Amino acid sequence: MQFMLLFSRQGKLRLQKWYVPLSDKEKKKITRELVQTVLARKPKMCSFLEWRDLKVVYKRYASLYFCCAIEEQDNELITLEIIHRYVELLDKYFGSVCELDIIFNFEKAYFILDEFLLGGEAQETSKKTVLKAIEQADLLQEVRPHVVTLHFNSALFLIRLLRLN
Amino acid sequence: MALKIVKGSIDRMFDKNLQDLVRGIRNHKEDEAKYISTCIDEIKQELKQDNIAVKANAVCKLTYLQMLGYDVSWAAFNIVEVMSSSKFTYKRIGYLAASQCFHESTDVIMLTTNQIRKDLSSPNQYDTGVALTGLSCFVTPDLARDLANDIMTLMSHTKPYIRKKAVLIMYKVFLKYPESLRPAFPRLKEKLEDPDPGVQSAAVNVICELARRNPKNYLSLAPLFFKLMTSSTNNWVLIKIIKLFGALTPLEPRLGKKLIEPLTNLIHSTSAMSLLYECVNTVIAGHDVNGSPFLPPFSLALFLFLRFQLCVQKLRILIEDSDQNLKYLGLLAMSKILKTHPKSVQSHKDLILQCLDDKDESIRLRALDLLYGMVSKKNLMEIVKKLMLHVDKAEGTTYRDELLTKIIDICSQSNYQYITNFEWYISILVELTRLEGTRHGHLIASQMLDVAIRVKAIRVFAVAQMATLLDNAHLMTGNVQRKGICEVLYAAAWICGEFSEHLENPMQTLEAMLRPKVATLPGHIQAVYVQNAAKLFATLLKNQEGNTDRTAAQETSQLMIDRLPLFVQSANLEVQERASCILQLVKYIQKLQQKDVEVAEEVIALFAGELNPVAPKAQKKVPVPEGLDLDAWINEPPSESESEDEQPKAIFAKEEPKHSRARHTEVDEKELAKRREARKQEQANNPFYIKASPSSQKVYQEAPGVEHIPVVQIDLSVPLKVPGLPMSDQYVKLEEERRQKERVEKKKKEKKKRKEKRGGRGKKHDSGPESEEDITPAHMVDIVTEEMPENALPSDDDDKDPNDPHKALDIDLDKPLADSEKLPVRSHRAAEALKSPAEDGDAESPASQEPKKKSSKEKREKKKDKDGDRKVSVKNGNPTRETALWMYIYGDKKSSKHKKKKQKREKEEKEKKKKKKHHHHHHHSDGGGEESVQNGTVEEEEPLPVSVCHQSFTEIDIQGNLQDGSQVVVSVIFENKCDNFLKTMEFNVLDSLNSKLQRPEGSGPHDGLSVPFQLPPGVSNEARFVFTMQSIVMPQKLKGTLTFIIKDSSTHEKLDFKLHFTCSSYLITTPCYSDAFAKLLESGDLKCSSVRLEGVNMPFHHLLARICFHHHFSVVERIDSCASMYSRSIQGHHVCLLVKTSGQTVSIDAKCDEPTLLGNVLDEIKQTFSQC
Repeated sequence: MQFMLLFSRQGKLRLQKWYVPLSDKEKKKITRELVQTVLARKPKMCSFLEWRDLKVVYKRYASLYFCCAIEEQDNELITLEIIHRYVELLDKYFGSVCELDIIFNFEKAYFILDEFLLGGEAQETSKKTVLKAIEQADLLQEVRPHVVTLHFNSALFLIRLLRLN
Repeated sequence: MALKIVKGSIDRMFDKNLQDLVRGIRNHKEDEAKYISTCIDEIKQELKQDNIAVKANAVCKLTYLQMLGYDVSWAAFNIVEVMSSSKFTYKRIGYLAASQCFHESTDVIMLTTNQIRKDLSSPNQYDTGVALTGLSCFVTPDLARDLANDIMTLMSHTKPYIRKKAVLIMYKVFLKYPESLRPAFPRLKEKLEDPDPGVQSAAVNVICELARRNPKNYLSLAPLFFKLMTSSTNNWVLIKIIKLFGALTPLEPRLGKKLIEPLTNLIHSTSAMSLLYECVNTVIAGHDVNGSPFLPPFSLALFLFLRFQLCVQKLRILIEDSDQNLKYLGLLAMSKILKTHPKSVQSHKDLILQCLDDKDESIRLRALDLLYGMVSKKNLMEIVKKLMLHVDKAEGTTYRDELLTKIIDICSQSNYQYITNFEWYISILVELTRLEGTRHGHLIASQMLDVAIRVKAIRVFAVAQMATLLDNAHLMTGNVQRKGICEVLYAAAWICGEFSEHLENPMQTLEAMLRPKVATLPGHIQAVYVQNAAKLFATLLKNQEGNTDRTAAQETSQLMIDRLPLFVQSANLEVQERASCILQLVKYIQKLQQKDVEVAEEVIALFAGELNPVAPKAQKKVPVPEGLDLDAWINEPPSESESEDEQPKAIFAKEEPKHSRARHTEVDEKELAKRREARKQEQANNPFYIKASPSSQKVYQEAPGVEHIPVVQIDLSVPLKVPGLPMSDQYVKLEEERRQKERVEKKKKEKKKRKEKRGGRGKKHDSGPESEEDITPAHMVDIVTEEMPENALPSDDDDKDPNDPHKALDIDLDKPLADSEKLPVRSHRAAEALKSPAEDGDAESPASQEPKKKSSKEKREKKKDKDGDRKVSVKNGNPTRETALWMYIYGDKKSSKHKKKKQKREKEEKEKKKKKKHHHHHHHSDGGGEESVQNGTVEEEEPLPVSVCHQSFTEIDIQGNLQDGSQVVVSVIFENKCDNFLKTMEFNVLDSLNSKLQRPEGSGPHDGLSVPFQLPPGVSNEARFVFTMQSIVMPQKLKGTLTFIIKDSSTHEKLDFKLHFTCSSYLITTPCYSDAFAKLLESGDLKCSSVRLEGVNMPFHHLLARICFHHHFSVVERIDSCASMYSRSIQGHHVCLLVKTSGQTVSIDAKCDEPTLLGNVLDEIKQTFSQC
């Protein structure tokens, strides 16, 4: 995987993780371009698109788009699985995760991602193990994470990302 | 708000934490930038404080701002400070910030080396973990070099949590510091068998990524991965392993054979779509290579085919799925199949056409891509017809334009290969011009030009169509939206002018070209109009001067003189210039005409000569003549050189290429009449058909045959879409009729033939669906080929991207480590490793880069090897003493003059009689000159002597390399399959008169060669041995032994084996052209011999494939049940075969300049077929 981006329906970046060395300028350009392309797609379209020489796999959860760029030979379906797993992990960790959790605890979202993926490769496929590692690390930390219980004017943000069907 | 949880006394010292910042930004939507700049000021203050908690908070906020796009590089040093905090809370934030903000050019990274090293060795596994995670994001070449050793140590950490991370990060380290790969690799390999599944999967990940880029270095790991694949149930790991095998199989076809079963099982059993998709993709990719002209042995081909069919079926299921994602991927995979097996995809045409109706545009576009490759002569018209319907239906110009380009792409691909009827194609193009608002007028125009220029036979028709277009040009110019399409007029005008001799009614066309309305067209089109009006004028003059009536000619000149001034006034310079030139010319002509001088011949001479298409790369390919230095000054620079009269004509005005066979349109009169009739019918029934414009009709009524020009029907009123049967459909029908007729005729002929043959074998019933080749083009079309310089250079190779970081990782991992690169100490028994002569071979003949496949021969004391495809581990009676020896032998050959190859065979003989044989072939596509071409192998396995060896498994791979006509290099891969450490291995072969193992100077003729390494359990390594061969005309067998010591028991073990060289193995597949072959046969210095095989029950092409495969021949020519084949020995003997089959009898007549060799080869061939 080359990079992962999380952005809102409004095109606001919520999380970015780059597994290839690029300059800030390039990163910004790619982000802008990709966010535009993905947002322009209709809801019923498939989750894959070819972009430059990469393949982009994205999925929308409530108001958030999760978007990964993979290489030519990589497997699109397993990338979707990675995205879904990450959302599940967030969900388990925050308890019914919503976009706001990620905004306010964005460092936590990163920590979870880092336990799940390393250098663009899945390092742990067991959700339990990932969460255990995070909990253990959190214990070492003096501050417990804040789970956002705030009520914000924008109701959109409280939609759970993971809606179980 | 519960957000601010008090963090001891520190908390009061800063006013905003991350949550406050986020909230603040959200509350200052209007003046966000201003708010953030005050925040940044605050952060700067906070960073100045000594309190690490405050700093960490500030850094955390900065990380957030960085994501929003603010530059935070100025705080890099503060980030390092926070990273080095002893408290995990802050360290974690520091590393996160670093991983988000640092990149290779961040200079403070240098300062972090020691800190990171400290963290890596921290007793707290989470400290280590966080450092590893951070490092994975910002590792630089310097960091990689300095920390490689530390990380490598971590790969053996007691905690799986650390091991897993360390293994994964090694990949990044390898990329940045390729030198670390070899020392770290053994340990990485160990991790493949780590007890922790997470670590194992990480190791699989890394090796898979490495191997994908440089597969050949990882071939030796195949058995290990095979074991993993059959034992693992983790889909993530399986996907990676399958991907890895996908990269390895092209280099090692035996793998493909082995993979059949597990892959098929997975495809059948898995419920995970991702895994299924990966399997299918790998099978397809594997099939790509195996489907290449060098056929695998027939059993393998069959297997592959079945497996492949299974995949296509599965893909169909994917495409039929309601899930858009699966549909898309299914189509994507189909397009991969298409490249190699268009036929398999063609049977799913219905499904793919269905996808054109999908609501998802990306799926429609994928389907379009597929259609491109699916067309054949047979279905082109049908597919294009469907596409034309979609063009009509399509909403949104983007998609419609896409359709339009695809239609043109589909039709024009590979030089219009699939078009059988160009009249149809021209009508399609004309229909496309009716599209509103398309941007692709230019594309259509260039197609029209291309077809008209290159397909001579179509010119009459094209000119007629173009004349109509010109006549109705006002339809294209009026509307602003239709701007793009008026480009078509450019083509129309040019075609009408250039080929004006074919015009039915040139006067009418000339008038159309000189209408005042033309002045509204873009300049470049007007220019073409003017120029071609002049050409037309010339033709007209010629026609009219032939008549007795001179007035017509004068009228024509007058028309020109009347109309041209309009163009002389044009604002466009080009138009103006051309118009005034021509106007003056016409005026002069008029003067001459008035004096009754015949001028037509001279005028027409102005435009004489034919334009031929030149290949786009032609100029580039002209080789620079010897002795010509393009950079040298022709004259000394200071001297003012006069421009000499160059004669570009000499270069370009080449004669009509001779190779364009002059097959001219020979449609018989009847056929023509029939077509004309059909067209008339159609026109009569079409209310929208304009029977040529009435005014001109009156004037030029005498013009013959006007009515049979199929004029495009154009509705003059408003909409440009015409209901009713479009023109092109007509041709579809005609074409069908024609094909039907042809088929009937063919059948008749066949019947006759069969009768003549007294109905010999009734097998060749050809009543099935007509095959591609059966369809002949409607009118023999003479496609003028593009001109190329005579001695054009071969096409340029595409070079690899030199910046690819993976290139540096192309490192031979099987070579034992040199002392200089060794990091951990691995004691080796001092032994001189033999130089591998294969390395200095240089690729002389480009042909040697073709993939070669070879296989091994039979043995004398054999059992049937029907199931020789699979590796079976043989167990003997005693379960505690189960031992097996696996040997692979690859025959690797290389020569300096011609690619020379040889094959080696190896055998094992044991006290025990139980034996199994395995034949494997080896396939190696040779990328560059330095690699050897591996081509043959035998694999055998049998139980070891039960006596002393404690449950030891030893696997040996033997590869052979041949450098010149007499030298063979055998590479042996030893793999220790037992649980004990093996050392002091010695390899020895009993020399024969003919062949000798090369030993280092000073050693006796019976000394063994020490293998320059030891083998820990589960490790494999490679050693190479050189043999010298005298004569190659006889097969031979060499006995050998391998001795080794099992470390714990310190007992000597001995393993006997035999190396078997067959004669076929000395042959190299060498392509030969039929004319060279014929010359060879005529030369008369070849001895003759023949052999007859009875009871061969297999299709002829399988038979040929077998001979090619097992005996390294290539097919020179094949006619029905008869084929000529050629091969060449490493010492340059030519071997020619003529293979004939009738019923179950195959006769092979052979010629060779070395009768003994020939006899032996024929014996071996006989043996091959006696076993099947």
